[in-house]
This record gives sequence, structure tokens and C-alpha cells, in this order.
Amino acid sequence: MTTLSNVTRRGALALATGALALGLAGPAAAEVDFSGKTIEWIIPFSAGGGSDTWARFNAPLMSKYLPGNPTVVVVNEPGGGSTKGTNLFAARAKPDGLTILGTSGSTQFPYLLGDPRVRYEYKDWKIAMAAPTGGVVYTTPALGLKGPEDIGMLKGKDLVYASQGATSLDLVPLLGFKQMGFTVQHVFGFKGRGDGRLAFERGETNIDYQTSSAYIKNVQPLVDAGTAVPLFSWGVLDAAGNVVRDPTFPDLPSFPEAYQTLTGNAPSGPEYDGYVAFFTAGFPAQKMVFLPKDTPDDIVDAYQAAFEAMKADPEYQANAESVLGTYEQVTGPLAQALFDKGTTIAPELRTQVAEMLAADYGVKLGEE
Amino acid sequence: MIDTLLSAFGTLLTFQHLFYMLIGVSVGLVIGVIPGLGGIAGLSLLIPFLYGMDEITALAMLIGLVAVIPTSDTFSSVLMGIPGSSASQATVLDGFPLARQGQAARALSAAFISSMAGGIFGAIVLTGFVVIARPLILSFGSAELFMLALFGLSMVAVLAGRSLAKGLAACCVGLIIGSIGGAPATGEFRMIFGFDYLYDGIPLVIVGLGFFAIPEIADLLRKNAAISQGNALGSGWFQGLRDWWANVWLSTRCAGLGCIIGAIPGLGGSVVDWIAYGHAVQTVKKDPNFGKGDIRGVIAPESANNAMQGGALLPTMLFGIPGSGSMAVFLGGMVLLGIEPGPSMVGPDLNITYSIIWSLALANVMGAGICLALAIPISKLTQIPFQRLAPFMIVLICFAAFQATRSLADLVALLGLGVLGVLMKRFGWPRPALLIGYVLAPQAETYFYQAMQFYDWGFVTRPGVIIIAVMTLASVYFGLRNRVDDTGQAVPTAEDVANLPNAAARLPQILFAGLVAVILGVALEDSLHHSLLGQVFPLSVAIIGLVMTVILIPQLIRGEPGHAAHFDAELSSDYAGQEGIGNLWGGLAWIAGLVGLTALIGFYAALLVFFPVFLVRRAQAGLVATVIMTAGAAGVILLLAWALSLNFPSGYLQDAVDLPWPFR
Repeated sequence: MTTLSNVTRRGALALATGALALGLAGPAAAEVDFSGKTIEWIIPFSAGGGSDTWARFNAPLMSKYLPGNPTVVVVNEPGGGSTKGTNLFAARAKPDGLTILGTSGSTQFPYLLGDPRVRYEYKDWKIAMAAPTGGVVYTTPALGLKGPEDIGMLKGKDLVYASQGATSLDLVPLLGFKQMGFTVQHVFGFKGRGDGRLAFERGETNIDYQTSSAYIKNVQPLVDAGTAVPLFSWGVLDAAGNVVRDPTFPDLPSFPEAYQTLTGNAPSGPEYDGYVAFFTAGFPAQKMVFLPKDTPDDIVDAYQAAFEAMKADPEYQANAESVLGTYEQVTGPLAQALFDKGTTIAPELRTQVAEMLAADYGVKLGEE
Repeated sequence: MIDTLLSAFGTLLTFQHLFYMLIGVSVGLVIGVIPGLGGIAGLSLLIPFLYGMDEITALAMLIGLVAVIPTSDTFSSVLMGIPGSSASQATVLDGFPLARQGQAARALSAAFISSMAGGIFGAIVLTGFVVIARPLILSFGSAELFMLALFGLSMVAVLAGRSLAKGLAACCVGLIIGSIGGAPATGEFRMIFGFDYLYDGIPLVIVGLGFFAIPEIADLLRKNAAISQGNALGSGWFQGLRDWWANVWLSTRCAGLGCIIGAIPGLGGSVVDWIAYGHAVQTVKKDPNFGKGDIRGVIAPESANNAMQGGALLPTMLFGIPGSGSMAVFLGGMVLLGIEPGPSMVGPDLNITYSIIWSLALANVMGAGICLALAIPISKLTQIPFQRLAPFMIVLICFAAFQATRSLADLVALLGLGVLGVLMKRFGWPRPALLIGYVLAPQAETYFYQAMQFYDWGFVTRPGVIIIAVMTLASVYFGLRNRVDDTGQAVPTAEDVANLPNAAARLPQILFAGLVAVILGVALEDSLHHSLLGQVFPLSVAIIGLVMTVILIPQLIRGEPGHAAHFDAELSSDYAGQEGIGNLWGGLAWIAGLVGLTALIGFYAALLVFFPVFLVRRAQAGLVATVIMTAGAAGVILLLAWALSLNFPSGYLQDAVDLPWPFR
């Protein structure tokens, strides 16, 4: 269990074995029995879309690997940018393991930003599993770049990015580009990253990012055809909490490496810390499964064991890549570390990000 | 390519695939018949069963469902005047008058054959088009999408009703409702008034049901009579088929229109039926009778809405961009099956693409056939006295409404908009104009802002923009010449406008126009609190709307008797001065009762109280009938809720006590 960076499939499998060997999800799980029970998995998003698909992919496998083979149903509770369903879970769920919650970056961000609609406290909950994700930033060769090493040519260029909104998951590229000192015009109102990719392909924007699987499926062909140039991956977290190269894209620099190429220095300072906080909540800790506080440890362990066991299932292996991208779902200390980092932000960093959003983009947080 | 096409077709025709497709078609038919429930609910029902199925079979099942919803939703549109889903709202305008005239069979058969033709047309276009669709879809940038939103809004010219000022004011109210929630450019939350519910805006299903279903139920409940005034179905099965054949060119044009609108990502398919309807009104020359029961008003939207589903598959499969809520769920289903959308769908995965396209055509044939067979038994519903049918309709509509966010607030919003809808119907304000404004508000605002960001004002010189602008101007021109009134008249028909000599009789409609002005004024006031980018759209719309009310109100006060602006159904409709006609508010009061009870004891318990009380007190049903009908309704709702794995909206009781499902 050396680094957290090994969140790719092979690495996490090895880690999982390690976690099991440590007895984390071992004998205690045998006492839990969900026979004849129905487990409600609250997804605070509507049907369709990433989080719903992720849950529906996992639900039948959980049913197969949880002790007693309970029925696992996905309950969509959309509304309020995912705060409504999460509030409902916080207010209603009992610590019996029969109600669980799946969150996404869109649930973490309002919490980190202090949105008035948030009536939940992450620190109350116990984590059962975390599903990391990653992404690659790319640009157009029209700006003169041949490859990631030419990133310096973007300095001073007028860049245009198709954004879903300043407080959405696209806050991460917003903070990242700002950190790198790029002049980026963020055009808001896009419905998703696919929508943004379309704007890039139409030539309306000249810088974009896609999550890893969408990048491989949709942008790699553009790169091969010479109409897109990759710049860097967002990277993954290691055990020390440093951002390192994403093993899915071993040939691409990570964000800090690209920053170093650009400026000659490693990134640091409060602005960078602010970026890392939101990056962690949006990528390495993007999707998480929670149990309410006071849930007995043996129930948490049973869940973790089920999430580990399902990884060997042929059904999991057949479709994991299309649902999860190239990353492996993790449990145990790995998940705990991602959980801690992805839901914590120093008050001064929050204030700093909020003030920047208010000054530059007119975003009023805490408004009611 | 021909090989791929043929082998895909061959795989499809095996028994297993046809069987699963039939399952999808059957579920889609049932979901489509229930007002308000559409593709999202249907697909959510099927997705749990995908686990372990093979790709092509599972896709055939999902496509079967998606394809037939715009076919079967016609039943409630034609037979009850309640749109079966958002795809067939325009069908109501002429379909329902035809049913009331005893021509339901003709309307239904024309609708089903049009649906089938539209669906097959869509599949044929896709077959040839899918390989070259990418560059075409990419040629629609934000500027062109903004112009398309304007083109959609130009249909207001057709649907503005007798008084243009009223029509435009109604459209402005729709645009205002559509701009509630986060502003696209800045994320500022507009007109939320402190309610968490309004942060996301009001969902389409609530707006559709509130403005179209609730007023119709309220209206039907006033008479204690069946919907059909004569023979329930009428003859004319073959008449409907002949009608379609006589208008096959119109049907083809509308199918093409539907296919294109569906294929362009970002426009959304929910106005396609109105655009097709508007197109029919603009182009039909021979004896137009729109709004009173013109069969072409049924053929046009029904041809378009099935073709639209085919078009909508393109951006979903090629780019992974779902054009509608149901396509989002379909995309989720594809991903669960391990199929990732992208360029490979026209490369190595072309066989999957073709099997999807041809499933679509087959499912349309299956769906139309089954609908034709079911038409006679289902139309018998129109012979039942409506007060017996009403509790089912009310409960089903509430059930559909809270699919939106699964909360009590959905029902409250439904009721609030329902009140507005009833008043608009009474005073002759065109609800279609409002709906078009509502649906296109986010598109118009977002794409205008994006186009300005990307191109500045230079966007107006893009060739695509100019072409669509010319189309829009033509549409406005032909639209104003052929205006249709959703109160059941083609304009102009001055002869049956109420003669309102004195101010007292005019007071109610003047007050309502005042209420509209107040709504617009509130929007204007709210917009002043936002940044320039956040306020410019609602502010402009509110000002235009207020100008319209300023023109309208003096017309209402001082206009000569018979002025086009005057309308009050309480004074001029069939009900005016008749015996045995209930109060305008009776139906709404019952719905309000159900919503209020839900707030107290939760939806399911409220239903168990509401049903028998309604049947005994309002419908004067016997004890046995009451028990049987209550049990039936409770059972159906329970089954649906269980299959969709949802919790009912809860009330105070649930906050205090922990109850088991379904009372939770």
C-alpha cells in the first residue's frame, strides 16, 4: 500500500487484496445478513446521466455480493443541484445499512462552497466506496502547438472554454487555467462536457477537457486526425496527497508537471491549495457511497467487502470501462483518504475562491 | 455497408428480438396512455432488466418503448383533451373537437397511421443519413441554434389566438416561467422567492399538465356527463386512413421537420408538435377549419413526433449528447450495456446503429397496429360519466407530476399553474403560446448569450443564420394570416364573440389581464436585482409583456362589443346560463383537496381518503363500486410506484412518525 496513485484497475485490485488481508472486510462481515431486505440507494440526480448510470451498474452486483443477497433499488431524488436528495438522506436515513447515498462532485461542491441549500454534513457519514475519475485537457493545433511540450505557446492567447457554470464541476478547469495564468473566456450555459466537446469540434472554443473514457473514445480520434492537441491530464493523488501523473495516460504530463513546464516552478501557494481542494472533490473523490453516522462497523465492512468482491465478476469486468472509465472503485483506507481530502477545505481557501467567483464572475454564494 | 445493413436486419427478425421488442412496445403503450408519463418513466421501468441481456436484444426493447410513446399518447389527447405526453400537446387542438363531434375513430386512425408513417420515414432518413450526419450536426453552432429557437417562437404568430396582444403577453408569461431558476450566463438564481424548489425552474411536465390537463379536467367535471356526446367512437376508421393518404405530402413534410428538429442537439423535441401544427396551419389552403376539428391538425403533429424520436437518436448515438430527458435515460441504458456513443457508432459499431434504426421502424409498425386494435375498447372510456373517471385522472396526473422531483412542491406547482390555466382558458388567453415561450426560453437566452460570446454581433452574417431568419420571417407572415384560436375558433370569427355591453360583465377579464400585468411586473422587479447578463433576458421579456397588457387593458375596458380582445367563456360558451352546470372552481377544489391532504398525511394515504370521498360525494357511486374502484386505483398506483422504486411525497405525518412504505 505505497501510493494512492494506483487507482487504476490493476493497482487497486492489488490494494484491495491488501485491504482484505488486513482484515478490514474480513470475518466481521459474516454476521451481517440482509436476507429478504430491500436496500434503497438514494441518487440525488434524475434518471439517466452519469451518477444514475453508475448506481444502476453497481446495484445488481451489490445485490449479488452483499450477505443475504438483498434487493438493491436505485431511488432517484433529483432537485436543487443534488442538494435535495442529499438533505433527505441526512434527515431520514437510519443506521441500519438499508439506506445508502451516492454523491457526486456536484454534491461536494455546494458543500465546499457553503451553498445555503446544503443541510448535510459529510463528516457525519461513513464511506463505503469511492469511484475516482480523471480527465485530459486538449487544445487546437490552430494555435501553433504540436504537443504538450508547447504549452507555453498558449500564454497570452485568447482562449475560449465551454463551461457548465462557475460553480459546477467546471470550477476545476476555471481555477486550473487561472493558476496557469491563461487568458480564458469561460462561456457558460453548456449542458455537459459532451455539449462542450461539440462546441470545440465546431471551432467555437479552442480549449476543452473530457473525462478519461470520453477522451479516449471521442478526442483521441481527433488527435490522430491532427485536429486536436493534448496538453495534460488532471492527474491522480498519491498517498502523500500530491498530484501525480495519471497512469491511464502515462505519456501525458499531469497538471503540476505542465505548470512546471510553463513557469519553471512547482505550483504552490494558497491559490494552488484552493485548486487542489476542488480538484480532489471533483476527480479523485468524484463519486462516493455513504452510510449514515452510527452505522455499525460490521455493516460498513460488509459493504466494503461486497464492493471488493464484485470486481472479479465477469459482468463487472465486461462493462466497467464504459461506466467507470479507466479507474477502479476503491474501499478501505484508500476511500477514507479520498473522502477526507475531497470534503475538506480550509475556511480561508473557501473565502478566497468565493471572493474570486464574486469578483470575476458575479457569482453570489450564500445568497437566499 | 449494404452487408451491415442486411445482417443487422436479419438479427433483428429473430423471435427473441421481436419478443423483447414487443415487451418494450407494450410497456411504452401503457406509459403513453397515462397522461404525463413519458419516455423517462418508461425507460426507468425497463433499465433494471437490462442486467445480463445481450446488446441488440436489450436495445430493441428500449427502442420499442421510446418509439411507441408518441403513438399511444394520442389516446388521451384525442379522447379527453388531455395531452398523453409532451409530444402530443398540439394533437389536442383538433383531435379533441373531432372526438366531441363523434369522429374519434377517424381522428385516432389518422393519428396512428400518421405516427407509423412518421416513424418509418424517420428510420429511412436515418439509414441514409447516419453515416454523413456528423458534419451536418456540427454545422449548427450556437448562433444557428439561437435562430432555431426564434423560428420555434415564430409559431406564436399562428397560435396567438384572436387578439395578438393577448397572444404575445401569454408568450411573455411563458418566457418568464421558463427563465425561473439559474441564469445560463451567470448562474444567478432568478425569481426563486426563497423556495428551494424554484432553483431548478419549473419542470416541463408540471407546466404541460398544469396548463393543459387541469383546465380540461375542471371543465369536464362541470357537467355530469360523458365526454362523448354521441356515439363514442363513431365510424370512420377508413375515413381516417383516407384522410392521411389525401394529406400524405403534408405528413411527409412534417415527418421531415420532426426528424431534423430531433437531430439537432440542444433544441429539444418538446415543441416539435407545435411547429408541425403551425406548419400545417400556414400551408393548408383548402377549407381550413383548424381549432374546430380539422383532421390535418391531427396528421401534422402525429407525423412529426414519431419522426422526431428517430432524429433524436442521432446526437445521442454519435456524440453522446441526449436531446431530451428520455434520450438521457436511453443513453444511460446504452452505457450500462457497455456501448459507448461516439464516432465508432458509424465505424466498427455500425451494425448496432443499424439495428437501433430498424428496431425503430419495426416498433412503429407494431405500436400503430396494437393501437388501432385497442382503439375501440379504450374509446369506451369516453362513454363513462366523467365524474366516475375524474378521480383516476386526477390521481394519475398528480402521480405523473411528482415524477419531476418527487416532492410535494411538484403538486403545489401543478395546482398553482392549473389555476392560471383555468383562468387562461376562461378568458381566451392562448395556452399554446405560453407553452412555446416556456419551452424555448432557456434555449433562446442561452444560445443568444453564447453566440454573442463566440461571434459578437457578427453572428448575424453567418449563412445559416440568414437562412433560418428568412424562414422565420416567412413563418411569421404566413402565421399571422392564418391565426388559430385554442378556444376552438379559427380567426377571425367575430360572430360568436360575447356581446359585453357593460363594464360589470367585463370586469373579470379585465382583472385577469391585470393579474398577468402583476406577474410580469414581479418578474421585472426581480430582474432589477441581477447583474446585466442575468437580467437582460427577463427584463426585456417583462417589458414587452407589459406593453402588450397596456395595449390590451384599454381594449378590454373601452372596446366595442365584439372586439377581438373580448372573451369570457362564462358568458359565451355552451355552458353559459345552462342548468346543471357546476362551478368553474369545483374541479380545482377537489385537486386542491388532494394536494392539501398530501401535505398532511403523504400522497398514498391521501389517495386512499380522496378516492372514496370523491366517489361517494361527487360521483354518487354505490358502496361496492366505491370500494372496487378505490382498491383498483390504489393497486395500480402501488404497482407503478413499486416498479419505478419511488417514495411518494410525504407530509407532516411522515415527519412525525416513521411509517412503512408506501406510506413513508
